[in-house]
Amino acid sequence: MSNNKLRVVDVIFSPYSVAPYEILKNTLKKDKEQVIKDIIESGLRGRGGAGFPTGMKWKFAAQQKSDIKYVICNADEGEPGTFKDRKLLVEVPRKVISGMAICAYVTGATKGFIYLRREYRYLVPKLKEELALYHENAKLLGLDFTIEIFMGAGAYVCGEETALIESMEGKRGEPRNKPPYPIQVGYLDKPTIVNNVETFASSAMICRIGCAEYKKLGTDDQRGSKLFSVSGDSPKEGVHELELGMTLEAFAEEFGDGDTKAVQVGGVAGFCIPRKKFKTTIIGEGNTTGGSTMIFNSSRSMYHVLHNYLDFYAEESCGQCTPCRVGTQQLLKGIEAVKAGIKKPEYLDQLVKLSDTMRMTSKCGLGQSVTNSFSSIVKNFREEMIY
Amino acid sequence: MANNITLTIDGTKVTVDQGQSILDAAKKVDIRIPTLCHHEDLCVAGNCRVCVVEMEGRNNLIPSCATPAEEGMEIITSSPKVRRARKDIMALLVSEHNTQCTTCYRSTNCELQDLAAEYNVDNNMYLSVLKPNGTIDKSSWSVEKDDSKCIRCQRCVRTCAEIQHVNALAVTERGRDMKVSTFMHLPMNEIVCTNCGQCITHCPTGALTERRYYDEIWEAIDDPEKHVVINTAPSVRVALGETLGFKVGERVTGKMVTALKKIGFDSVLDTDFTADLTIIEEANELLVRLKKAFVTKEEVALPMITSCSPGWVKFIEHMYPDHLAHLSTCKSPQQMFGALTKTYYAEKIGVDPSKIVSVAGMPCAAKKFEANRPEMRDSGFQDVDAGLTTRELGHMIKQSGLDFLDLEDSDFDSHMGESTGAAVIFGATGGVMEAALRTAYVVITGRNVPFENLNITPIRGMESIKEATIKFENCVSEYSFLEGVEAKFAIAHGLTNARTIMDQIARGESPYVFIEIMACPGGCIGGGGQPIPTNNEIRLQRIKAIYDEDMGKPIRMSHENPEIKKIYQEFLKEPLGEKSHHLLHTKYRKRKRY
Repeated sequence: MSNNKLRVVDVIFSPYSVAPYEILKNTLKKDKEQVIKDIIESGLRGRGGAGFPTGMKWKFAAQQKSDIKYVICNADEGEPGTFKDRKLLVEVPRKVISGMAICAYVTGATKGFIYLRREYRYLVPKLKEELALYHENAKLLGLDFTIEIFMGAGAYVCGEETALIESMEGKRGEPRNKPPYPIQVGYLDKPTIVNNVETFASSAMICRIGCAEYKKLGTDDQRGSKLFSVSGDSPKEGVHELELGMTLEAFAEEFGDGDTKAVQVGGVAGFCIPRKKFKTTIIGEGNTTGGSTMIFNSSRSMYHVLHNYLDFYAEESCGQCTPCRVGTQQLLKGIEAVKAGIKKPEYLDQLVKLSDTMRMTSKCGLGQSVTNSFSSIVKNFREEMIY
Repeated sequence: MANNITLTIDGTKVTVDQGQSILDAAKKVDIRIPTLCHHEDLCVAGNCRVCVVEMEGRNNLIPSCATPAEEGMEIITSSPKVRRARKDIMALLVSEHNTQCTTCYRSTNCELQDLAAEYNVDNNMYLSVLKPNGTIDKSSWSVEKDDSKCIRCQRCVRTCAEIQHVNALAVTERGRDMKVSTFMHLPMNEIVCTNCGQCITHCPTGALTERRYYDEIWEAIDDPEKHVVINTAPSVRVALGETLGFKVGERVTGKMVTALKKIGFDSVLDTDFTADLTIIEEANELLVRLKKAFVTKEEVALPMITSCSPGWVKFIEHMYPDHLAHLSTCKSPQQMFGALTKTYYAEKIGVDPSKIVSVAGMPCAAKKFEANRPEMRDSGFQDVDAGLTTRELGHMIKQSGLDFLDLEDSDFDSHMGESTGAAVIFGATGGVMEAALRTAYVVITGRNVPFENLNITPIRGMESIKEATIKFENCVSEYSFLEGVEAKFAIAHGLTNARTIMDQIARGESPYVFIEIMACPGGCIGGGGQPIPTNNEIRLQRIKAIYDEDMGKPIRMSHENPEIKKIYQEFLKEPLGEKSHHLLHTKYRKRKRY
């Protein structure tokens, strides 16, 4: 079911309730398991990109037996075209922190980190003030959960949760083999819950307005509201909170410039949807949930768009696994060769197959998702790749 | 382990312990899954992705080396999907590889080459992404590094970190620029590298090789003016065969000697001779130190630690420069040999030492560096002109066109060709200690060590750190101060274990009087110059061959070697004497930590 219509809502950015940490205070009175059930019931999925059901992650983490558990807020917002987490941290940091604290409460974690991308370091002073306020309140509420800020060093791959953990441990930011997953063996080998900034803020809002109210938003398979970072050929660039379930058609009508050719949904790790497929819902099957939406109008060369993506990938791959390290270079060199006439157009088909091998064999989401943008652009804009 | 896990691989049920990988499980039912980044000695990396397999219920393929077996898993190791993916991955690896196999030192002994051939990878399937203008780092005496042949499996990085705890090699940069490099990208001769060569024996391709000297040796052999002498270390004879068609663990001592003579070496001698000499000098040095500690109560560094492993010596110079006094001042057998070749031996055969080219056939990469240490010129010349690895010797024999399998056996030449079983076991971890104890016990008590057939079995084997305690009773009068003393000994192999020993010493908590340390796992038989592959199974077979060789020797204690007796009578006069001091002992230097 899709509701076709685009509806701008105001859940996450709604004003704070009267007293700071009112949501947290109320949630701490509730049964832990009930809170987890509510989050599961709400249908909230991770807002970072992979879209894992948040409540399930918390449930598994709560089941882990360990003397210490960690909660990490992934603010390494590095997906090209996304800038919503920054806005959340600037405008409603208390909701993010509340979400972390609630997560800690229900999972039994005692230590939290905000993994902040280096480029956001100017946010640190304000965040520190907010954390001081939180720690005061946590003390009053008797919650044993402290949070500190950890600065990333700027690698895209460190947004991947296990690479993020490696970098926090002072190692190279390289994804780990999974299993074990971070909720089993995470930071310093302890169970660790890593969630995106928006996921925590959304969790806090579910606790505030209630699961039933939140479920009214969205459709059966896509619950709730979601932040979209709109960029590209749009007169309305910026962060918009939308109810889930609208079609790309409705989206392009609202945010496009009237000449929209394609929308890249989910950043470079997501799909490029051409106009002819605008009937699909914006976070339809397979589309990532990060909320980056880049709008391209007819003046854009999709070859250049793809070239730009691949150049980004070839640089940002951590380089440890073969399919991602070499595959990204091959795709980049490959489209250059086709464009230059060195390779025949059919070579593109071979490259699509290669990108499929990369999806099946890469170690982490980075290499696995290259095929999304690559095959969707090559298949839908083949002429632009050749001529 | 109690927790058994049963899974199905290619239709066959297999039960493994919890924590074992799918790869382990497949091995158990004789299903071979290709691997590149995986090595038995090292932690799991899961980064080459060649070992991917299909798992029921999963769309993506999973790396079998990095995925723990789980109850009820259904695994398919060979399906169209798997084969296509593997072929694609091989093609990608080949596309960033310098595929000039015809001129590669590791050709025919290269894991990448084998798999590329197995999957019949089309070199033109993808464009080459080999970095242009790559240069080969030949700055080190021991290790050559050619990035154009690196497949980024990181086996070397893990080896240097896990086995050796040196971390000379590390992954640097990211994405397409990612490579294995050194601290600040410094050349190999300027970094903290022990030259142990373990990275070489763990490298699946020709990216890391020993610096080769055989062309110079051929030139010397072909020069009628030169008298070329080679001495071969104990570990070479139990491993050389592997490079020439023999099974692992077969001793080829006699054939090796014949081959080297036929190649044209003027004299083929035995490093075991100076291994015996090392025992005499080192045992005496230890007794002097003990005397100082027990009798004259002088300040003396105990425990004393062996110094025959040049990788270990460079390690302690870098990592524990304040504890160099613990090292025995004895040169390694190779360097003793070199110093004597151009003095004693030259005199004996009446050849001008300036015409002698002294070559050492070693299981070792660090020996090349050691030969070039500036202080190793006590004969008035460079004592050892070149150190060749077992692999290089194998190459030379192949180049000579000899049919190694059918060669007759022959004996080492005389003057420094005679040796004992005690010297042979230098090649295995614990061997130097055992050889020293066999002699020291006789010196102290006048009796043989109280072990059956002189075999001190408690200090043999691959355990990381081994210990022994020996109580001295009924000592001869000179060593009565040791009466009733329970002396503790330790043996470590692999520099990670050496670090454990040294940290203990640094804390002042070492309970030992004498410690043997070898840089490489298993001792010299697992050295960085040995045939590739080397793994624990192979190490154990080479060790067995070493002890078999020992048992076959008529004399098994160093002090009973007649040539040793002779060299003291005719030349050295006495252990630790003036000549010994000049030719057989050395000094160490403090080196920087970075």
